[in-house]
Amino acid sequence: MQSEALNFKNAARGAIADPNLRQALSNLETGFVAARSRAAAGLDEFEAMRDVAVDLKNHILANLDFYLARFEERVVAQGGTVHFCATAEEARQTILDLCRDYGAKTVTKGKSMVAEEIALNPFLEANGVEPIETDLGEYIIQLAEEPPSHIIGPAVHKTKDQVSDLFHEHHGKYGKTERLTEPEDLVNEAREVLRQKYFDADVGITGANFLIAETGSTIIVTNEGNGDLTQMLTPAHVVISSIDKVVPTLEDVSTILRVLARSATGQEMSAYTTLSTGPKRDGDLDGPGGFHVVLLDNGRSDLLGTEKQDMLRCIRCGACMNHCPVYLAVGGHTYGWVYPGPIGAALDPHFLGIEEAHHLPNASTFCGRCQEVCPMRIPLPSIMRHWREEAFEKKVSAKSERFGVKTWAFFARRPKLYRLATRIAMRLMGRAGSVRGGRFESLPFASGWTRGRDMPAPEGRTFMDRWMAGER
Amino acid sequence: MNTKSAHRANVGLFVTCLVDLYRPTVGFAAVKLLLDAGCTVEVPESQTCCGQPAYNSGDRADTKAIARNTIAAFEDYDYVVAPSGSCAGMLKHHYPRLFEGDVDWELRAKSLAAKTHELVSFLTDIAGVTEVKAALQGSVTYHDSCSGLRELKIKEQPRRLLGTVNGLSLKELPTAETCCGFGGTFCIKYADVSVEMVSRKAEDIRATEADLLLAGDMGCLLNMAGRLKREGSEIQVRHVAEVLAGMTDRPAIGETEQV
Repeated sequence: MQSEALNFKNAARGAIADPNLRQALSNLETGFVAARSRAAAGLDEFEAMRDVAVDLKNHILANLDFYLARFEERVVAQGGTVHFCATAEEARQTILDLCRDYGAKTVTKGKSMVAEEIALNPFLEANGVEPIETDLGEYIIQLAEEPPSHIIGPAVHKTKDQVSDLFHEHHGKYGKTERLTEPEDLVNEAREVLRQKYFDADVGITGANFLIAETGSTIIVTNEGNGDLTQMLTPAHVVISSIDKVVPTLEDVSTILRVLARSATGQEMSAYTTLSTGPKRDGDLDGPGGFHVVLLDNGRSDLLGTEKQDMLRCIRCGACMNHCPVYLAVGGHTYGWVYPGPIGAALDPHFLGIEEAHHLPNASTFCGRCQEVCPMRIPLPSIMRHWREEAFEKKVSAKSERFGVKTWAFFARRPKLYRLATRIAMRLMGRAGSVRGGRFESLPFASGWTRGRDMPAPEGRTFMDRWMAGER
Repeated sequence: MNTKSAHRANVGLFVTCLVDLYRPTVGFAAVKLLLDAGCTVEVPESQTCCGQPAYNSGDRADTKAIARNTIAAFEDYDYVVAPSGSCAGMLKHHYPRLFEGDVDWELRAKSLAAKTHELVSFLTDIAGVTEVKAALQGSVTYHDSCSGLRELKIKEQPRRLLGTVNGLSLKELPTAETCCGFGGTFCIKYADVSVEMVSRKAEDIRATEADLLLAGDMGCLLNMAGRLKREGSEIQVRHVAEVLAGMTDRPAIGETEQV
């Protein structure tokens, strides 16, 4: 996906002015946030489970090479193949080659953020392979020709009315001419339209939430069951995932599953937890003819051993964005690339470069709510701060901003000079403010502030000035 | 005021730059509360700011220089107390990280961190204050500033002391734990997003129908007061220390005596 991360400020302005987006995001806030809170409160050991999950992931990351090798060994033993891909280009090409090997004209797809990361759909389309999204949210945004705006709810920015319009516009060719408005009717219509496509597809592509080293299985968790049909009804199942998803054993996966759904949607478990282990064997009633796991690195291994390694613990639950006041104000598209919200602000600069993505880690108040709810306790604000430091060192941010900070710091490092300068400035501002009712409606050097709020005036003499003069 | 300990703790007051420049009343309220709690209070003259504007802008070198100045100014006191969760959190959690690997300064930063506290939680948790002698007729609502809430776990301490203010009733803000959108330099750099956040906050504050909005951090207070005033709201905005110290005779934030 083409990055638009540099356009953050403009995109934010547009998003804030969009009443549909506002409504959609407020549903997200009341829905997922309340559900997560109930789920966390409903399980006494929730916090302890988070700790166990964090320790487990740290152990995996410290032994990633071992578990990946073990995973590949087990996949091969089951009759499947693992394709390690260092870059997005390599992963795209590998998947296209597989599609060609199976003579695929259409492929069905389950939801995968890694597929978004490597911009798989446009690449397949450009090469004569038609991808059909089967996850309802992904299907909606495919019709709308938009990227996902949330990692677990790709169409979360759409209101029900907008979905009604989209289906009405696109489903006429299937003989569905009535504009439906009830969510259940909309889901049923999408299901009917998609059903035949499962049978027609030549390859089914899914993501993976986990790769199990012990068994060579891949796991997806969904609430629609579309992933099952995607992979079972086609001649070949291609899994696109990334190296950080490997987990040692089935037992370990169940540990992480217990925090995943609770953090994501507030469910105890997602409706479907689907394990895929190799292609169809003799005697199996169904299953794919071929089983391929395309494992993307795309710079992830460069994070190992750095202060940003903790990002690799992410299990893509989306809790950070559900709870982020910035995300809830501007929506996912404003971030301009695949991963939005706090985890995007931490991850995207790694994939795009800080020059391209510098707004994302800067557009945070560091309120800390993301870290508070992250099941993997990823220190997201700290990682964002590391990116800010890199941006500052590379002089990526606006000159005026750096000049402002440097000027302020020049005084803050020199207490006597600081005292003198602030004493004069506050007296002037205090005097000006007192004849304006105690606040300024506009200030030339703080127009960003005064565009949408008044600036309270200082009282006048500084505390230090008065204290040093003996006032108590 | 009841205090548990007879020991007169020598407190260095970290005034914070926003209190120093914008709202000296809060500094004097802090001094009064600390004296009433049986402490001695000194205000080192060489303090300026905790360094967050530089730290959160990615300017590590300037942050370290400012932090070294703060550490040197305060390390001789029994306690360092700041009328701000954000600045206290900076000293307590971020200074030690800033000097990781620099053995001398890391040790000094850790030692300072161990005795640094936000004002209200210092009064309740360290000085053992259980009630204040103050009165305020009216209803208040309270915003939990993010750093105080999440870095320092300050939640019920201010409510406990406010509960002892004569005549005061608390109307809880359902979104008390949602960021107001201040975020230091964020409020200027991403002004549109910040204004959207504080507008939502102001809507929630108004819905409580409280007479007065309180919080423990000047940054959030200036932001919320600025938005409420822009909307023409009558709700007054003050730092919690002003109410606890009974120093509400001064005009509220963003107001003058003769409006």
